[in-house]
Amino acid sequence: MQFQLSDPVDTPEIIWAGLAPVLALAAGAVLLIMFRSIVKRMPDDLNATATAALGPVTVLGMWVVGGLVGNDVPLAGLRDDIGEPLFYVALFAVLVLSTAFVRSLEIGFDAAFTVGVGLISFVATVELWTDSFRFVGPSGDDVLLGIGPQGGPIAAFGTQYGVDGFALVFGGVIALAVALTALLLDNYLRREGIDGVEMYVLLMLSAAGGVLMVGANDLIVLFLALETLSIAVYVMAAMHSRRAESLEAGLKYFVLGAFSSAFLLYGIAMVYGATGSLNLVEIRDYLDQVVIADNAMLLAGFAFLLVGFGFKVAAVPFHSWTPDVYQGAPTPVVAFMASAVKAAGFAALLRVFYLTFLDYRADWQPAIYALAVATLLVGAILAVVQRDAKRMLAYSSISHAGFILVGVQAATDRGVAAVVFYAAAYTFMVVGSFGVLSIVSGRGDRGTSLDDLDGLGGRNPMLAFALTLFLFAQAGVPLTTGFVAKFEIIGAAVDARSFWLAVVAMISAVISAFLYLRIVLSMYLGTADDDAKEPISVHPTAALAVGVALALTIGFGLVPGPIDQLANEAILALAG
Amino acid sequence: MSSLLLATEATDSVAASFPVLSALVILPVLGALLLLVLPKSRPEHFKQVAFLVSGATAGLAVWVLTDFQTGSADFQLVDTHSWIESLGISWTLGVDGISLWLVVLTGLIFPMAIIAMDAEHDPKAYFAWLLVLEAGCMGVFLALDLFAFFVFFEIVLIPMYFLIGKWGHGERAYAATKFFIYTMFGSALMLVGILSLAFLNEAETGVLTFNLVELAESQAIATTTARWIFLSFALAFAVKVPLFPFHTWLPDAHTNAPTAGSVILAAVMLKLGTYGFLRFGVYLFPEAAVWFAPALVTLGTIGIIYGAIAATMQRDLKRLVAYSSVAHLGFIVIGTFSLNTEGIEGGILQMVNHGLSTGALFLLVGWIYDRRHTREISELGGLQKPAPIFAGVFMVVMLSSVGLPGLNGFVGEFLTLLGAFAAHRWWAVVAATGVIIAALYLLWAYQRVFHGPAEGDNATMQDLTFREGLIMAPFLVGIVFMGVYPKPVIERMEPAVDALIAHVEFHVEDFEEPTADIIAPVEGDHGGDGEGEEEGDH
Repeated sequence: MQFQLSDPVDTPEIIWAGLAPVLALAAGAVLLIMFRSIVKRMPDDLNATATAALGPVTVLGMWVVGGLVGNDVPLAGLRDDIGEPLFYVALFAVLVLSTAFVRSLEIGFDAAFTVGVGLISFVATVELWTDSFRFVGPSGDDVLLGIGPQGGPIAAFGTQYGVDGFALVFGGVIALAVALTALLLDNYLRREGIDGVEMYVLLMLSAAGGVLMVGANDLIVLFLALETLSIAVYVMAAMHSRRAESLEAGLKYFVLGAFSSAFLLYGIAMVYGATGSLNLVEIRDYLDQVVIADNAMLLAGFAFLLVGFGFKVAAVPFHSWTPDVYQGAPTPVVAFMASAVKAAGFAALLRVFYLTFLDYRADWQPAIYALAVATLLVGAILAVVQRDAKRMLAYSSISHAGFILVGVQAATDRGVAAVVFYAAAYTFMVVGSFGVLSIVSGRGDRGTSLDDLDGLGGRNPMLAFALTLFLFAQAGVPLTTGFVAKFEIIGAAVDARSFWLAVVAMISAVISAFLYLRIVLSMYLGTADDDAKEPISVHPTAALAVGVALALTIGFGLVPGPIDQLANEAILALAG
Repeated sequence: MSSLLLATEATDSVAASFPVLSALVILPVLGALLLLVLPKSRPEHFKQVAFLVSGATAGLAVWVLTDFQTGSADFQLVDTHSWIESLGISWTLGVDGISLWLVVLTGLIFPMAIIAMDAEHDPKAYFAWLLVLEAGCMGVFLALDLFAFFVFFEIVLIPMYFLIGKWGHGERAYAATKFFIYTMFGSALMLVGILSLAFLNEAETGVLTFNLVELAESQAIATTTARWIFLSFALAFAVKVPLFPFHTWLPDAHTNAPTAGSVILAAVMLKLGTYGFLRFGVYLFPEAAVWFAPALVTLGTIGIIYGAIAATMQRDLKRLVAYSSVAHLGFIVIGTFSLNTEGIEGGILQMVNHGLSTGALFLLVGWIYDRRHTREISELGGLQKPAPIFAGVFMVVMLSSVGLPGLNGFVGEFLTLLGAFAAHRWWAVVAATGVIIAALYLLWAYQRVFHGPAEGDNATMQDLTFREGLIMAPFLVGIVFMGVYPKPVIERMEPAVDALIAHVEFHVEDFEEPTADIIAPVEGDHGGDGEGEEEGDH
């Protein structure tokens, strides 16, 4: 690939619709920070009006973006069914209702904006999934393309960035995680006296990096997306600047994250050295066609890449930052880290290893196997001995990462589907769990030890019940998404004949159950006098976030069919 | 609610279309949800609503009983809906002769457990959890899909965990956690087993299904693999039964549970394990069941003797009854793994019997505790004088538990021993001594509690109230009826049991139903013959 200066530089074909979810998030971040640099503070009444106006603006934005991305006007079918006048009256009613809804939430402007951006990005993702879309092809013709179950993948930015069903599902999950995290952040930031626009901007930027990362078809794009994602999250972790633990968390996360990025970059360099390309499609084709006689450099590249990803998804033995960072970082940020950041990491891991290095799976599967066993057991066992609920959930998130690794280890399409299901299910469980903790922890974000949870069942029964359901879901109790997720993962493992790994995973699940029971126990069976502690009030935004997470966790636990179908249709593919 | 109550009395035309088995599972859940939305200001309503809902469920169970076609070995009233299509998972419920009586037992025990005791605190959650528990137990007995079965098998842990942990006594948190972790450990490995079974079956037949009947009929899995999978199922059931040496959670859970919890635990939940052995162990893995049968019969026999000896040494009345359960369930296991008609029928009968007699015993012990605030046998004594009716009822229930001829316990124990004698002669002989020790510890306990001089609070203990008598009446009727005339019960289970044994014989080479030629056919004449044998043992 030698270029002469006289060669015309190929400009890649850009399919804007495919980039819409990323663009929505990035543009949202830029718009918000620009707006806030000009208007530092709005008068109270104007602020309230502007915030309420974000409701209909979001609805319209979803409609317009959906129309731009998809082939048809969104809800066209509905419009034809009920007739145009009635449809527009209904749309108007929805706009009015959304205003009232936003007002009733008592949400701040920045948070409402971020939720809106998250929802718009989500709608763009959904449109890409359900609808084939039209664009002007290279020869000037109108071309219809589909991604989700309709076909795909498409190369949205040359061969650098591909959009396939797999990336869309992860992108949608990340977009929803943004909306839920923003809801949690709203009251949290005000309670802690650190409210400002930076957190939301960073949240959207980080999510943009995440959505880019799950579709990256090129190792450099992958690296850049990962850095966008990570650097924003480093700052978010350290945002609670009056808490030493938060600063410590940010620094620790930054140092170890940079360390792991270095590993990843070194791994990328080695793979480039061995295959002569950074593009995943070219690497795969090269490995398909060429038998490398001396593959030491390639295998070393695998190892470095695995270490890099291992840090990102907190696999043992690269997990040591997790408990400190999770405990110190602001709780809503932890919810985002444990859900979206981790999901993006696993998506990239699968794309690189399962898709690109599939021919070499005999080489990397044993490594993943070992990582999975260590992650499952260490995460579960260390979680049990903790005294702080946030730290416990940090360790338990490690053992959940182990579960996902079991699905990766299978290296089959069923394993990929199981990983998709698990990551999606875990996102909402963990956002809900940390959401409840962020409400309970009280001013200063300190009250997360088991003693602080003592008697929560009496102080706020609904909150305690919600946390109980989230914890049972994480333990894998049936009729929650957590159970179906474990079911799919274990199914993928035994389908790939990894029986003993499945057994280890289930043993780890039992050990983890003990830890969730400890938290439940302290909430309901604690010794504290129920009246001794004052009841906890829940701000409507946080209640909404927890409620949505709970509804998804239980709803799709009872009827897992739709998500299962989604996961099976989320075909992982390389575009180009 | 009221419309559902009416539905139970509806005509046959409705019966054909109404999914009565799904209703058995869903109605209690709806009842629990109804409880959640009832206002907290009128706590007395919670118990009434819970009783009405469980009573309606009992009505449905009786409806199932009357609708049941005697003489058919097939699953009846099957209700099936797709659940997760891509994995071949469906919501399939059905009832046959093996599960019929357990469904009826579950339906009838719950209203009595609910009405018998008040919640000490937070009645709303207490009764809601009891109803959820009922739904879970019904689901386990009815499920014909391995996924659905596992869901129900696991879900029953949650309500029981809270019942023990929140409304229990003594070391309740410890007991609840131990119960949860033990049983979850067992079922965790069963999940791997279920998935291995389904996927290995898919590899052989090309069809991914979790349907019990399809998996049992295909028998596509290699012998050794099937034995491993059977082992994972057996571990889950052995913990649940509980089979020696996995029984240590049971005395703690029983002792610390609230009375209703103990009653349900003994009468219904322990049967989940023995039923699982029969329905899923033997039916899905006939070869492995035959192969493992000697080991399981051995463990069952050890359980009988160990449970009996341990019960003899207990100072706490409730703990004594709990250990007696270990012994009684040993009989069910040796009956089941005799793998002949007598043994399996005796096992099923004994599941129902144990539900009646031990359930009633726990209720009675609970009432003693309510009155005297102690369960220490040494602190009780002479209760016969202040409470003669109580003592009489206790006596009948206890004798049924001992296995006195004419009461229900005898029929079941006799049949299991008959079956075991044909299959594993010497183990049956050893197990029979368990009957004698049972007489020893129960009669001795009765003597210490009810006989002798009544001192202090013992002298003024209140007799059985009218309400309590009403609750006990169905138990006593069941105990006597099944002891005198078990034919209606046995004839409904017989075809299914025979079909199961034929299934085992068909799929296992060199296996023939073990029969001992010295024993005359059981049907019809266990009255005279049996009494002679049993008295000889004494």
